[in-house]
Amino acid sequence: MNPEPSTKTIRVDALARVEGEGAMYVRVVGDRVADVQLRIYEPPRFFEALLRGRHFTEAVDITARICGICPVAYQMSATNAMEDACGVRVDGPLRDLRRLLYCGEWIQSHALHVYLLHAPDFLGYESAVHMARDDASTVRRGLRLKKAGNAVMTMLGGREVHPINVRLGGFYRVPTKSEMRALAEPLKWARDAAVETVRWVAGFPFPDFERDYEMVALRHPDEYAITEGRLASTRGLDAAVREFGDYVVEEQVPHSNALHATIRGRGPYLVGPMARYALNFDRLSPLAQEAAREAGLGPVCRNPFQSIVVRAAELVYACDEALRLIDRYEPPDRPAVDVPPRAATGHGCTEAPRGILYHRYTIDDAGTILDAKIVPPTSQNQKSIEEDLRGFVQARLDLPHDALTWQCEQAVRNYDPCISCATHFLRVDVERT
Amino acid sequence: MRRSRRRKPKLAVWKFASCDGCQLTVLNLEDELLALAGAVEIAHFLEASRATVRGPYDVSLVEGSITTPHDARRIRRIRERSRYLVTIGACATAGGIQALRNFKDVREFVSIVYAKPEYIETLSQSTPISNHVRVDFELQGCPIDRRQLLEVLTAFLHGRRPNVPAHSVCMECKRRGVVCVMVARGVPCLGPVTQAGCGALCPGHARGCYGCFGPMETPNTASLATWLGRLGMADASLVRVFRTFNAGAPAFRAAAESHES
Repeated sequence: MNPEPSTKTIRVDALARVEGEGAMYVRVVGDRVADVQLRIYEPPRFFEALLRGRHFTEAVDITARICGICPVAYQMSATNAMEDACGVRVDGPLRDLRRLLYCGEWIQSHALHVYLLHAPDFLGYESAVHMARDDASTVRRGLRLKKAGNAVMTMLGGREVHPINVRLGGFYRVPTKSEMRALAEPLKWARDAAVETVRWVAGFPFPDFERDYEMVALRHPDEYAITEGRLASTRGLDAAVREFGDYVVEEQVPHSNALHATIRGRGPYLVGPMARYALNFDRLSPLAQEAAREAGLGPVCRNPFQSIVVRAAELVYACDEALRLIDRYEPPDRPAVDVPPRAATGHGCTEAPRGILYHRYTIDDAGTILDAKIVPPTSQNQKSIEEDLRGFVQARLDLPHDALTWQCEQAVRNYDPCISCATHFLRVDVERT
Repeated sequence: MRRSRRRKPKLAVWKFASCDGCQLTVLNLEDELLALAGAVEIAHFLEASRATVRGPYDVSLVEGSITTPHDARRIRRIRERSRYLVTIGACATAGGIQALRNFKDVREFVSIVYAKPEYIETLSQSTPISNHVRVDFELQGCPIDRRQLLEVLTAFLHGRRPNVPAHSVCMECKRRGVVCVMVARGVPCLGPVTQAGCGALCPGHARGCYGCFGPMETPNTASLATWLGRLGMADASLVRVFRTFNAGAPAFRAAAESHES
């Protein structure tokens, strides 16, 4: 008779410092990880269903409500998709303003993740507030960086959560040159602080762990892709955004309210800062490249725990790029171009802080939405998160229970998963049988 | 050392079906966040901290609407452990954008989004917190305004009622000197029936208010609908205008229903 395999259960009832709530389940039988599930309990909110019958101009404001942390990403993917359907292209200063607004969102979101959600893990704190008791000046730097990003969103969007100034074709009101200039000082400070941030996080203790991901991001001929580009991957994917559905398959699994995305015939893939960085390093500004090199990052980073360094390098880029856009700003003649509706299907994809966010809409001649499809970054990363955990736990079965649990949480937080976009209750259960 | 230091009040933040935007408004108090963390014990705030402290809690901020049987039970437990319970945002106060399901067949919604609807547990309605438990104060907005949030927190921590206006966005426009977009340019605007709090953001950006702060106290939606009709808005559009982020708020729900064919 064989002896019973050793039984041990690691359990955390609520994973903190992520956006939304979900659960993690790892089952270990003997010395083997048998099952890993990222359980997304977020009660479904049915945006794709409730968009049906709405007017095509409303998608911008409605889809923003999918996520309070990256509303601009939703607004930009929605405008791209609707303008694509209507055959309209927005260029010049209006396009620059969209990119600037998006830089604001990257700055606030990355600063939030780096300082308030992720860094405490590496330094052994429960939260940034606990961290502030020992090092208030660092936490203040993070908050001020975040504030600089929010200032961009407030000036251009009206407010930082669910901006009101974005519309199809452009904006309701465009800023004056002097309003733009007022942003330069806080952003110059922020750019220096972002360089400091890269140095700070580069010194964190990173677990020795790498994975051979297929990384997917947008790629643009002459800019670090944010608001548009072609779909590209580290294994040769090169496709137009409208072909997204030809390559990406979504399936429903019993343990998650978010659909799992894979690349047809190939499997899980990674989106987000590490993917963007790997595919677009050559498009980063010299300052961001230099900061990344100084931090010891090569042109590709495969250790998910180092995503915090990549995010910090993107913070440098976003500040740098925002300053460039502010510097060359000339107010356009009109705040928006006309976008007359026509019966068609349109596709939009932009780089949300957490990775590519794809929207597809079918509208009729009157502009009524007949069908909507939205694929957020976290649902695309779900399988990668599970695969990370599988490999990570397998190699660390001898770690003490609490340490392994915390490191598992951290492995999930590497992704800055936006569970509101895809989930709700992130719980970590590691069960050893 | 004297032991006269008063116990810090315990603050808890809870999330139900929502986008996290109102909770994020707490973290967006960049200049006040560390002072707030010094003045209260952040006893439960998963978006910000792994550390949780058992209740009872002095103030519970609740974001999000009730959309599952599990959440309907959870909010009762939170109420039992909270001295004051304050809802933050349109989801918690009026059911949120997801309350649009209340006017449709939710089973059809599930089948549009999910291939295997049997895995999904959801209620047919998205309801505000006050449908389930007693609420001490409702802070409106999609998202809430951070200055109003600070006022509400300060008020409850000092045991007084919050000073949050119940008048319309129109008053804010007048105070800011923003020219009326509806009168001057014929742009449809919900400002006359929407509660103040945003600082007249949309009219300030040359667009009409879309009602994200929800109905003001005793709004005259019938009169506004007449004016919107004169601007050429058909009944179907009127229904949509009142059915957005506060579709479940009684005044907006009634206004939409009165134009439904």
